[in-house]
Amino acid sequence: MGLTGLEIFKLTPRTNCKECGFPTCMAFSMKVASGAVEIEKCPYISDEAKEKLSDATAPPMKTFVIGKGEAERKIGGETVLYRHEKTLVNKPVVAIGFDDTMDDAVVDGKIANIKKVDYERIGEQMNAEAVLVKCVENKEAFLALIDKLSPLNKVVLIQTKDADIAKEALEKVKDTNPVLLGANKDNIDGFVELAKAYKIALGLEADTLENLYDLVQVAEKAGHKELILNTTGKNAGEAFESTVEVRRAAITGGDRTFGYPSIVMVNEIAGGDAYMETALASAFVLRYGSIIVLSDLEYSKALPLFGLRQNIYTDPQKPMRVEPKVYNFGSPKEDSPVLLTVDFALTYFVVSGEIDRSKAPAYLLIPDAGGYSVLTSWAAGKLGGSVIRNAVKESGLEEKLTKKRLVLPGKVAVLKGDVEEELPGWEIIVGPDEAMQIPKFLKELA
Amino acid sequence: MGYKKTSKKYNGTIKKVSLGTGDKAFEVGGRNAMPFYKFDGDIGEKPKVGIEIMDEAPATWSQAFAELYKEAGDDTAAWAKLVEEKYAPDFICLRFEGADPNGKNKSTDECVEIAKKVAEAITVPLVVAGSKNDEKDAELFQKVSEGLEGKNILLLSAKEENYKTVGAAGALAYNQKVGAESSVDINLAKQLNILMGQLGVKKESTIMDVGCAAAGYGYEYVSSTMDRILLASLGQNDETLQMPIITPVAFDVWAVKEAVASEEDEPTWGDVTERGIHMEVSTATACLVSGSDMVIVRHPKSLETVKNFINALA
Repeated sequence: MGLTGLEIFKLTPRTNCKECGFPTCMAFSMKVASGAVEIEKCPYISDEAKEKLSDATAPPMKTFVIGKGEAERKIGGETVLYRHEKTLVNKPVVAIGFDDTMDDAVVDGKIANIKKVDYERIGEQMNAEAVLVKCVENKEAFLALIDKLSPLNKVVLIQTKDADIAKEALEKVKDTNPVLLGANKDNIDGFVELAKAYKIALGLEADTLENLYDLVQVAEKAGHKELILNTTGKNAGEAFESTVEVRRAAITGGDRTFGYPSIVMVNEIAGGDAYMETALASAFVLRYGSIIVLSDLEYSKALPLFGLRQNIYTDPQKPMRVEPKVYNFGSPKEDSPVLLTVDFALTYFVVSGEIDRSKAPAYLLIPDAGGYSVLTSWAAGKLGGSVIRNAVKESGLEEKLTKKRLVLPGKVAVLKGDVEEELPGWEIIVGPDEAMQIPKFLKELA
Repeated sequence: MGYKKTSKKYNGTIKKVSLGTGDKAFEVGGRNAMPFYKFDGDIGEKPKVGIEIMDEAPATWSQAFAELYKEAGDDTAAWAKLVEEKYAPDFICLRFEGADPNGKNKSTDECVEIAKKVAEAITVPLVVAGSKNDEKDAELFQKVSEGLEGKNILLLSAKEENYKTVGAAGALAYNQKVGAESSVDINLAKQLNILMGQLGVKKESTIMDVGCAAAGYGYEYVSSTMDRILLASLGQNDETLQMPIITPVAFDVWAVKEAVASEEDEPTWGDVTERGIHMEVSTATACLVSGSDMVIVRHPKSLETVKNFINALA
């Protein structure tokens, strides 16, 4: 994939002019190879060499944008197969599938659910990002369906096998940067023309991976390079195999022909079973679906799926953090205890889960502790007497409370003296070492 | 140019471990490919799914479960039998919630009696999980191993704090299988496996429990830990990591807000049991794709779905 320093060296003038800031062309080339310097730093590099290099250093998988405005989403662009190697970058887009055979009640129900399932989780808004509208048999109903879904302001994925119908549909949503799905070996020419004319991404489908591969080449040859590969196949097993193989061909095989995002119609292979949809969608969050199509979205399905997706697409070198503030549990009153923990998301989840479980009213105060666990943030000097004092002062709890009790995590019991000095008038209590002991602790405290 | 498959071959193979006796006994492990990558190589034995039952229903037990198992009453053995007959899990996990010294603090003898009755009531393999109190569990596992000698059960689990007792009693003295529990870190998993090996516990007697978290609750650590363990054991032929993995999904899932918050507290979220099932299904299937050879769930609907999922992909 990427060129080696030696290969780049051959593209330079090899004059050691030093104008790039490096002592030799070789030293410069090594830096370019590692991605630390742009090739443009060399004033004498030829255009031809630049092009060769940009081709060679382009990511193995295309990145492009679908949707527009608030609905805009980036897909593709992954460079690794496993998240411990390097952060996965573009979260799979969740789409809800519609087609012209669905009666109004079904359609309205799904629309209501799309509107309803919209919530924030650790700083990220969670909702379905796209709708897929498939033309099965009735063009008029299909077009009417698109009109009905447009106000949702989601990325619109149009699916049909007929270029004329596709054109009419695209006309309706052409300003929203929609996606056209359904190109196959029979309609490819007309579909590529449409996708080029509307400057939109085109979804390809074929009965085998070999045929899909050939189809990509046809589309590329016709001049279109914003492609989405339908890896669904006939059943869950085929979908899993194809989705993995396409991703792997691009990333470890360096084969740019399959260097495109995928779409998996989980709604079609789950056999109408909502639990199975959750199962398969979870699998494709981990194994390489770029767009995952579901039949419907209820909270029961969304909560685990969006949570899983948020987890997998975090930076492995940077832990997830929650917002430092006061969190309320079970309508706390002016004499409820204030528990303290850190802003590391995992710690927050475990602690808040246990407070929930205890059903005791309480405040949970979270200072800015650098996003580390309790012991790490203490060791790193991010959680100490003054940090805790500031958090308490800024929280406004002092004015609200008649009984000022602050519970420290047991693991930083050593801070008790410090905090007592910093917060006169507060009773500082050392809490349990482990979160699972919180319910018992709170019961005894009350 | 036509498409050429990029199949990936590995040098290492996960050891097989057998559990149970008789017709319903099974083996897990045996893969030399990533989970469900049957297009690459041998994915070994199909992953197995078990249901969790407890010596007594916990205080946080939801109405939905009470309803499901009401005909079993307070009899753990009847509960186990009902689960086996009605839902056909691959195995049953009996967890000793009541052994917790901070809870009911049941005596180990009492627990052994329950374990014996449960083992007699069922034909599928038995997994026994403790109270999460390391000292108590060491004692409990020792006595349960002795009491159920010949049943080829899995003890869940030996940890760094108590592996000597659990490993020696379980695997060496009474020939049971031992779970090696570490908390979501490849190095900790490896270290414990090495320690167990030095104690004399064979790989064929060990199943790893490398930790779990519910979807959304730091699951990325679980996924990356398992990815790295598999890539090391298969790709680098690291023999200290070539054991199958068991993941007690139910232990984590049914404690998170999504699965326990009442409909009054979260009116928009809908039915609490539904939420729990989806959470369990999502976490369990994610674990299977990441590398678990056995998962433990609590709800029969989760069991059914996860089995269907395995059959669809394996």
